[in-house]
This record gives sequence, C-alpha cells and structure tokens, in this order.
Amino acid sequence: MTRALTPSNLREALSLLGEDPGLVPMAGCTDLMVTDPVERVELPAVLDLTRVRELRGIRRGKEALEIGATTTFSEIGSSADVEELFPALARAARVIGGWQIQNRATLGGNIANASPAGDSLPVLLVLDATLVAASTNGERRIPYTEFHVGYRRTALEPSELIDRVSLPIPVPGSVQAFRKVGTREAQAISKVVVAMLGRVEEGKLADYRLAAGSVAPTPVRLAEVEDSIRGRSVGEETASLAGSLARAAVKPIDDVRSTATYRAFALERVVRRLTLQLI
Amino acid sequence: MLFGATVRSPIPHARIDTIRWQPEKAPAGAFCLTALDLPGPNGVLLLNDDWPILADNEVRHVGEPVALVAAASRLDARRALAAVEVEYTPLDSVLDLSEADPENPLAVIQLEHGDVERALGASDVVVEGEYRTGHQEHIYIECQAMTAWYEPDGALVVKGSMQCPYYVHKALVHALELPPERVRAEATVVGGGFGGKEDYPSLIALHAALLAKATGRPVRIAYDRHEDIVGTTKRHPSVIRHVTGIDEQGQLMAMDVDLLLDGGSYTTLTPVVLSRAALHAGGVYRCPNVRIRARALRTNTATNGAFRGFGAPEAEFAVERQMDRVARAMGLDPLEIRLRNVLEEGDELPTGQVLDDTTSARLCLEKAAALTDFRRRWSELEEERRQRADGEPMRGLGLSAFFHGAGFTGNGERRMRSPVKVALREDGRIEVFTAMIDMGQGSAVVFPQIACEAGGLTEDDLVFAEPDTARVPDSGPTVASRTTMVIGRVLAEAIAETVELVQAWWRGTKDLEEDLTVAEGAVQSPDGSSWTWREVAASYVKEKGSLEVSRRYEPPAWQQLDEETYQGVAYPTYGWGADVVEVEVDPDTLEVKAQKVTAVCEVGKAIHPTLCAGQIEGGTLQAVSWGLMEEVKMEEGRYLNDRLATYIIPTIGDSPEIEVHLLEQPYEGGPFGAKGVGELPMDGGAPAALAAVENATGIWADEIPATPERLTAWQEAGDVVESIAGEATKRSSSED
Ligand SMILES: Cc1cc2nc3c(=O)[nH]c(=O)nc-3n(C[C@H](O)[C@H](O)[C@H](O)COP(=O)(O)OP(=O)(O)OC[C@H]3O[C@@H](n4cnc5c(N)ncnc54)[C@H](O)[C@@H]3O)c2cc1C
Repeated sequence: MTRALTPSNLREALSLLGEDPGLVPMAGCTDLMVTDPVERVELPAVLDLTRVRELRGIRRGKEALEIGATTTFSEIGSSADVEELFPALARAARVIGGWQIQNRATLGGNIANASPAGDSLPVLLVLDATLVAASTNGERRIPYTEFHVGYRRTALEPSELIDRVSLPIPVPGSVQAFRKVGTREAQAISKVVVAMLGRVEEGKLADYRLAAGSVAPTPVRLAEVEDSIRGRSVGEETASLAGSLARAAVKPIDDVRSTATYRAFALERVVRRLTLQLI
Repeated sequence: MLFGATVRSPIPHARIDTIRWQPEKAPAGAFCLTALDLPGPNGVLLLNDDWPILADNEVRHVGEPVALVAAASRLDARRALAAVEVEYTPLDSVLDLSEADPENPLAVIQLEHGDVERALGASDVVVEGEYRTGHQEHIYIECQAMTAWYEPDGALVVKGSMQCPYYVHKALVHALELPPERVRAEATVVGGGFGGKEDYPSLIALHAALLAKATGRPVRIAYDRHEDIVGTTKRHPSVIRHVTGIDEQGQLMAMDVDLLLDGGSYTTLTPVVLSRAALHAGGVYRCPNVRIRARALRTNTATNGAFRGFGAPEAEFAVERQMDRVARAMGLDPLEIRLRNVLEEGDELPTGQVLDDTTSARLCLEKAAALTDFRRRWSELEEERRQRADGEPMRGLGLSAFFHGAGFTGNGERRMRSPVKVALREDGRIEVFTAMIDMGQGSAVVFPQIACEAGGLTEDDLVFAEPDTARVPDSGPTVASRTTMVIGRVLAEAIAETVELVQAWWRGTKDLEEDLTVAEGAVQSPDGSSWTWREVAASYVKEKGSLEVSRRYEPPAWQQLDEETYQGVAYPTYGWGADVVEVEVDPDTLEVKAQKVTAVCEVGKAIHPTLCAGQIEGGTLQAVSWGLMEEVKMEEGRYLNDRLATYIIPTIGDSPEIEVHLLEQPYEGGPFGAKGVGELPMDGGAPAALAAVENATGIWADEIPATPERLTAWQEAGDVVESIAGEATKRSSSED
C-alpha cells in the first residue's frame, strides 16, 4: 500500500519533503502510474502536489514568462502568452501523449522524470530556460543547460521540488521550430525530437540554437553545431551542414522504439528542414 | 476463490533440471503445481497434443508455462511466483525462420497444377521476389482470463473468454480424463478475439481447472497485458518466394511459390493455417501452371496460432507484391497487370476448382479503380515522384485484389456437420442453441435478424441460449468466417421448419383450409383472423408438449478436397475484394500516414450492412497497421515490446478514412446469399499500403511492417523501383 501526503500549500509541501526526502513527489502521475508495470514496483510514499496552488499557473513578466511546475500541458498548449512568445513550447505541449495525457501531465513532471525522450526538454534547452528549485532553505536557480547531468539524473536534490521554469522573452525577430518524430500520431514516445531557435539579420544567422532528444542519454543542446552555424547565411548549404554536424555530434542507440541508424538519419533530415524554415 | 499465476520460462530453449517450491518464501496458504502433478496426459488437445500443459523436462520458448501457483489474491499469487525456483540448462535455440530446420517441419503441403518447370522455361519474362511478414499480436481489448470450479455434484465448470467452447471442452476432457458430460465450458461475453481466443483458451482453461482440482477451490487466472503478449499465440511470420513466368502480353504462364511459416514451438493450429495459406498463395489470378510448396517450421518462440485471415493475409501479401513487381518488370501499371490476369467465372484455381458465377474479382477491381480514378492518379503520382522538389510531401496510391475462402477449408464442414437446435418454450418463444460467440463481430445482432427473417418472427419471439457446452450443441468454433454463412444458414432452416410445423398444426386445430402466413410475429389466415406467434406456439406446447428441431449443416456435395494432392474444391465460395490505399510520406523522415482506404468487398449478401461495413473497416485497419507499424520485436527469443506503450497499434489519429463499398453476388449456400466476411478485409490492406509507399517514394518494399527504419535502410541500399524494372529487362533480354 502506498501512503499519500497531500499538502495544501508550498511551505507545507517543502517541510514534509525536508523531513523525509524519500517522499516521491507526484503531480499528474502519468509517469509514476506506469513505472515499470512489469516489475510492479510499489512506491513507498508520495507527496501529492496537485493541491499546492503556488506551483501552478503561467505568469508573464517584463523579462520572462514563468510557468509553474504543476501546470499541465493542456494549459500550456492553450495559453495565448505561450503561443505568442514560445510557439515551440506550445507545439510540444500539444503533441505530448494525447488529450487525456495533456490534461494531467505537467511540465515539472516531464522535467523531473528526465527521460531522454521528454518532448518539452529540448525546447527548454533552446529557450535558455532557468529552472527554479525550492526547498526549506529557499530557492535555487539552475540554468537549464546544467540540469540534466546524466541518464535520468538531474541537478535536483532529494529535498527540493521544482517550483517553476523561467523563460526569458526572446529578442524580436527570433523564430522557433519544433519537430517530434514519434512512433505514431498520438500516445507516442519520440524516436527523435528537435527544437530550434534562430534569428536572421541581413541574411545571416545572428542567433542559432539547437537541441535534441532521444539521441543521447539526456536531452542535449548541440552547442558545437550552433557555433559552426551561427553567422552563416541562411539557405540550403547552411541547412545541410547543420544537419550533418548534428548527426555527427550525437551517438544514438538502438532500442525498442527505433534504431541508431534511423535516429541519426531523422535527426539530420529534421535539423536540415527546420534550419531551412528559419527564414 | 483463489487466484492463479504462471511461472514462465525466461529462456528460449533449455532443459529443466529442478523445480523447487519453497512455501516458506510464499504468502501463507499459497499452492504450487508442476507437470509432475498432472492427473492425465500432459498435452493440450487441438489438432495434435504436443503442446504441453506445463513444460516437462524441457522448455521450448520464452514465456512457456513451467509451473502454476495459486493464492488468496492476485497480488499474493504474483508474490508466490518468486517462491518457485527453477534451474535450467540452456540448449541451442532456433530463433527465427532463417535458423529453422526445413527437414523437421510441423506441417507440409504441396500442390501442383500444370507443369511449372516447363512453363517457366517457355515464359518471356521471369520475375523473382521474396517477401517477409512478421508476427502480429491480437490486442483484443480483453486479455485472456478463465475461472474454473467444481460443482457440488463433481462436474467441472470453466468459464471465460473464448471463441470455441467445444475446443476448451475437448481439451479438458482429454487432459483431466473426465467423461464429456462431467465437463462444462461456458463463454462469457467475449471482449474481442481475432483468432486469439481460438486456441489459447484451452491452455489457460486447463491451468485454472488443474489448480481448482488440486486446491478444491474455485480458481481464476486473468492475464495482464504484459503476460498476454508474452505468453499467448501470434500470427505466423512468413518468408515467401515467388518465381513467376509471364508472356509478352503480360499473361501469367507459371507461378512457383515456396512458402514458409514460422510455427513456433508446437503444432497448435499451424497445419490448418498452412493449408489456408497454400490455398490462397496464388492470389486472384488465372495461371495455368502453379506449384505451391508450403512448409511450417519449428522455432523456439511462442507457438503461433489462429489470427484473423489464418495464413491467407501472409500468402496474399506476397502474391500481391509479386504482381506489383511483375508490373514494374513489364512496364505495366498495377491495375493493368491485374486486369489482364484476374480470375473470372469458368477459370480454374490451382486446386482445379472451376469458379462459378459468384466470382467477383474483376468487379471489385474495376469498381475500386473507378472510385479512385486509380490509373490516372497512379501515373500522375509516378510522374510527380520523378519531378518532386525537396520537401514536398510524397503522396502515393496502391492497389490490391484479394479473396478469402468462406467457411472451413476442404472437408472440415463435412466432418463436423454442425448442428443448431431450436426449441419451443412454454411462453411460445423459440429458444436457439448454438455454440457461436459474439466477440464484437455482431452475431448477437445478425442471428436474430436471420431467424426473424426466416420465420416471420420478431426479436421478442426469440431467446438465444448462452454458449455453454452443457446446453448448446457443438456447432463448431466461431472462426473461419463461418458463423453467418454456415451456422446462420442452419439456423434459418431450423427456424423455418419449426414455424412450418407449428402453423400446420394450428391450421389443423382450427380446421382451416388454406395455408397460414407468419409475418412479423403474427399468424394470419386468409380469412383475416390473426393470432400472435407466441399464443399459437404456447398452445402448441400446452397441447403437444415441447418441440425441438435440430438441423445440421450439409456442405454442398461438390465441396470435396483431396487432402493428398490438394486438388478439388477447398471452399464452396469466396469473398472478393479490392483495396486502394492512399498514403502521404514525410519527405524527411519517411514516416507513412495512411490517409484513405477505398475498400470494395463482394460479400454475397450484407445481412446487416452496418455491421458488415464495420467488419471491413476494422479488418482493413488491422491489415494496414500490420503492414505499416505493428512489429513484435525479439532479442534472443525474448519480447522487447511486451506492452502497449511499445507494441504500436494505430490510434484514431493514425487511422485512415475507410470508405467501404459492399457488392453482392448472392451465394445460394449461405443464408439469403451471404458469404463469410470476417477475415476477407484482413487480406488486402498491407500489400496495398506498401504499394502506395512505393508509388510515393519509389522504394521497393517487400517486408512488413514497412517502418520508417526499414524504408530508410532500403532506400540507402538502393532497393528502388528503377532497379527492379532494370533487373527484369536484363533477364528477358539475356534469355532472347
Ligand atoms: C500514455 C502516455 C503517453 C505519454 N506521452 C508522452 C509524450 O508524448 N511526450 C513526453 O515527453 N512524455 C510523455 N509521457 C510521459 C509523461 O506524461 C510526461 O513525462 C509528463 O510530463 C509527466 O508529468 P506528470 O505530472 O504526470 O508527472 P508525475 O508522473 O506525477 O511525476 C513524474 C516524475 O516527476 C517527479 N515530479 C513531478 N513533479 C515534480 C516537482 N514539481 N518537483 C520535483 N519532482 C517532481 C515525480 O516524483 C516523478 O519522478 C506519456 C505518458 C503516458 C502514460
């Protein structure tokens, strides 16, 4: 039998977690529910975050948009602010699972679950997100590029909760792109997922950011590719180069969903396509 | 009630050295049973009894049952599994057809019509192709489940999800060595079957029954999805080689087909699946010289069994793709090659059966082509492919033509002479007794409809008995597209006979001169008097006692198949179809989206057009997804994708629009002209989908599922249509 604790505010939640860092936080439960159905692992005790109102919601500020950890993908996918400022995130939100999953699944859960295939994670990487973690000791701001430290390992401490994600509002003229290659149209885990942000000034890529999922043990920001592409003129040549550099930068694996060869192939083609579409 | 669970082999092939039950490690009161505890023969009786109830000395596939446990709850039963320690010595294993021993087959069928060697030598062009299909999971909504108990009088009852109560009954009688009247198998409402509830329920029923016998308590075993995927039967993988000889006019001269099925580890129903595969291997084409060599081989994988279509989809996938290959070689379009060769009335099948006027292959093809403007659009898309600019979506159209023998193969129906019983009840209702199961296909709707029509009754005048072997006669299994066509017909006859007897008696008692009519539940005389059916029938029972009418199916005398030579008449009639599949392929990732299927099926008579179209929609979707996405992945004989998150079936978002067109060429042997329809739509979707991918991408696809992973590999390897066209030209010119 699993014990469930249901704090009604953040302070209570953090102190419960502070007392027992073994508690498993639970938001939409869409990942926890399916934790190895074969081995049928039983969770010792869960900390239900769904009643902690401070953790939920989208707030638009001057410099950044903040999204609370337990905000669902349905909320993100239908937010006018997200659509306007972060269309790549809106698109990701709308292809996670299916409608039923989006109604429950949360951004914080997607982040903490830290699957290399998590669809929102490459988007957060290219948006230069900052993750705000909270514990009884206060808040800690973690650049998102430093959050995923290894296969399913993150910079979050057991005594911390993800509180929110802060997304700096992009420079005008930035274009975002997102593409998921899944096993089917819905309820599909990504074989490859790519997020991109670019800004063209006088025919050249003044900004170019690229991240991908399902091609490495963690979602990855492909900084070397970005460095080689930034400053180049937009067009077929640059796009093809970006694709082949991206392919060379990762070492995907064979698994039950796809093959290493296909992942590399699809990554190259998608990066090329999205780069072409940045104009 | 106790709950049962199954200890399964983790190894594809091994000797069992010891099985140790350690009750101290199990929840209190748990119980364990192994092959040593069986009261009778250790075999599930189907066609053969080589399928062990529990592995004895040796396991032959991953997931094979080795021991059973029972405990007070599902969770306790699961925990008790850990208290069974099994030691194995691994043995060499055969994991797929490429490793299987052709000299030790599970079944072999050979048939030859004409002289293939000579005709190949005389052909203008010879085209060779090899085609592969993979496993398919049934993914019925309801997993396998069974409950067994002993009645106070000692009779054994097994109740659960099954298509064939009398198969289960037979297996229980055999293994528990009980007199048939001491065993009852009862089907619950069945949440989907697709063939998966044909063979396997016998095994799980035996498991539940053996635990019930050993513990003296009712025992329930219900698999979760994971166990269902790992443990139960699947569609047979196949490797099928075609060598086809064609003359200059594009007429088939010779077909040489070498067909291999992966039977898995035990016989189960494989010989009959192989037989149906062989009988459909030539497709819907006229060819004077045909040789079909079909073998089912053993591998160390779960036993493969019945799955909608029963070998025909595998065989027709290969022949349809081969026809596309022939078309490429001859420079003809896919419609033209088919129209030049399609079977018509008076043509012979490879069995020598001369086709009658219910042969509709051409009708279906022409209709499907007209509805989709196939020829023009296919050619335009060929052109579009050659001209396409980077990044434009790749669109394609594919065609297939197919048929499906209705009812049991060969002499099966003659051996069974399936009975239906009807009986008048005191309240005047007619109670109908058949062993047929509604597993979603709609026999619970169609049977009353047939009975009402045959007898002039209303549904209120009828009662259908639950399919319980203690009450219903053995009217055979709910398989082979036979329920409506075969049993529906016998039902119509039995009802008509009952109504006739009762109305004749009524006329006598009323001293009426002329015949009475029975319509819509009312008995009417020409003088205008009218009675309800039920009052008339109730008086019959009151005056004369109950009335029972039993009727048996008599297949047409001319349905005789020589089981040695495979010459004769394998099926009394065939359903016919043609599919046009339209796909869009992503130019970057080669992801395939089936957008529309136009399915034209000739079904004899659509008794219930909505349900009939529903069968065709469902079967078509199952066929297209078998062709494009469904894949059982294995490593060292273990399933890698044993859950619905990884065994990919289509969501509604993946499902194409399916436009069904029903054509009717009545078959006089079926009720009101109906032919079987359940499996027909499974035969055409996969080859048409791959043909559409070919039209869109130029990739020559000869293996299913044609996943993006495979498509990219083929593209990189240069398996494209240009290479096929070139290959055939070379061959023909070198022979000149
Ligand atoms: C059918 C199905 C389809 C799916 N499809 C997709 C898909 O397409 N793309 C995709 O990316 N994912 C998919 N998922 C996975 C899942 O829905 C997402 O990862 C989702 O975002 C998880 O959010 P949740 O709120 O449900 O997390 P939960 O299951 O509640 O938790 C997940 C993990 O995060 C931890 N956690 C949750 N909130 C916090 C917090 N605030 N602070 C610290 N730790 C926290 C939990 O302890 C747990 O370890 C799918 C899942 C299912 C069942």
